[in-house]
Amino acid sequence: MSNFISSSIGKKVVMSLSGLFLVMFLCVHLGINMLLLFDNTGKLFNLGCHFMTNPVIKVIEPILALGFIIHIAWASMLTIQNRKARPVKYAVRNQKGNCTWSSRNMYVLGAMMLVFIIIHLMNFWAAIKLGEGTAGVMEHITYDGVTMENVYPHVVATFTNPIYCILYVIGGILLGMHLAHGFWSMFQSVGLCNNIWRKRWSCLAKLFAIVVAAGFSIIPIYMFFTC
Amino acid sequence: MADKILKEITLKVWRQKDAKSKGKFETYKIHNISQGSSFLEMLDILNEQLVSEGKEPVAFDHDCREGICGTCSLFVDGRAHGPDDDVTTCQLHMRRFDEGATITIEPWRCGGFPVIKDLIVNRGAYEQILQAGGYVSVNTGGIPDGNAIPIPKPAADEAMDAAACIGCGACAATCKNSSAMLFVAAKVSQLALLPQGKVEAARRAKAMVAKMDELGFGACTNTGACEMECPKSISIEHIARLNREFIKAKLKD
Ligand code: SF4
Ligand code: FES
Repeated sequence: MSNFISSSIGKKVVMSLSGLFLVMFLCVHLGINMLLLFDNTGKLFNLGCHFMTNPVIKVIEPILALGFIIHIAWASMLTIQNRKARPVKYAVRNQKGNCTWSSRNMYVLGAMMLVFIIIHLMNFWAAIKLGEGTAGVMEHITYDGVTMENVYPHVVATFTNPIYCILYVIGGILLGMHLAHGFWSMFQSVGLCNNIWRKRWSCLAKLFAIVVAAGFSIIPIYMFFTC
Repeated sequence: MADKILKEITLKVWRQKDAKSKGKFETYKIHNISQGSSFLEMLDILNEQLVSEGKEPVAFDHDCREGICGTCSLFVDGRAHGPDDDVTTCQLHMRRFDEGATITIEPWRCGGFPVIKDLIVNRGAYEQILQAGGYVSVNTGGIPDGNAIPIPKPAADEAMDAAACIGCGACAATCKNSSAMLFVAAKVSQLALLPQGKVEAARRAKAMVAKMDELGFGACTNTGACEMECPKSISIEHIARLNREFIKAKLKD
């Protein structure tokens, strides 16, 4: 395995595997968020959040952070290396016909999402961890004898704010664009692709991108109008 | 029907005295170009005009002028080998351009392919990658019978598709990362698919990728631009195979 990680293909494998890990996290995240659509009292969502405090998730949390850090660090290394590979740029360049905008701008999309993620973490993660969120002090609520944090009012307070609402919709769309390329790229980079599977992966990638983008953007829009 | 004549076109051509000097664009006007002439013939006409004016002709690479040698290059109006798909520059014709057009002509821009003069770049880097492992070691001896080794038709077809690579360099030139992956993948794939090449597949993949990285080409981010600009339409499925071969080889180390 000598020099595998430092080789160009090895770096891509790191991107692919960390990406896969983040995709799995996204699925869980989206699943729990979806609970917001089915219960305007917030009970389902609060129960979902409470479930996420179980010991297994506690162990996964730092690994998740590491997943993000690795994905970002390797992407930065690759971007620097790739930019260095063309010291003199073209004066005229037309790539409209040969590849998609998102595939060319994965790093830009990633950077914009990073800004979003920081705001998002301040909105919720910090609120839950530090006890003070968008709706003021974090209250507790008891369902069937179990006491848990009442996260729901903070979600309502965030999403009924038009600026945050729009921001979260944009976040969802950026994520979708990133995934439209990233999802199929994940398989290509580890060699799990050929001309038949490429069609399948890219089709699945588009579908997944739409589901994730629509899923994450529908929630703030829905809550903006119903809460 | 006679070909239309383009009365005047403007060319913005990259001029650079040698590898060390700083180049710049020069603008030339040329007249009465038949749309039936090829792009390189148009450059020949420009050069005759320059010679008759006592100026230095534009240096550009070309050899077969029929799309089989891979010598011609040129980034024309922002695209490798010009606006047509699946052709080399020598197969590009002036009928793709309109009266009064301004055409920008640049050399391949890629750290691995330094400019030698005007539009000519040194593509020796691809040769070095080939020398690192893009071959089959054969001991001398009698010539084996052509059909002695059975090869499944699909494998033979795929190997043949990969073997169509002419080493032109458009893949790295067009790639936003200046990655040489399509070229390396074509060579690795072509040989890995055939029984004669399979024996050395692991060593070859490792050596060629190491050379490619060493020479400063970028890493592939799967944009797929290379296969769109490749004059031989080499598919990036070969890149997936290269990734596979490379990962397999490294896992065994
Ligand atoms: S893979 Fe295509 S673009 Fe690249 S060198 Fe070979 S023929 Fe040229
Ligand atoms: S000159 Fe041989 S391919 Fe163009």
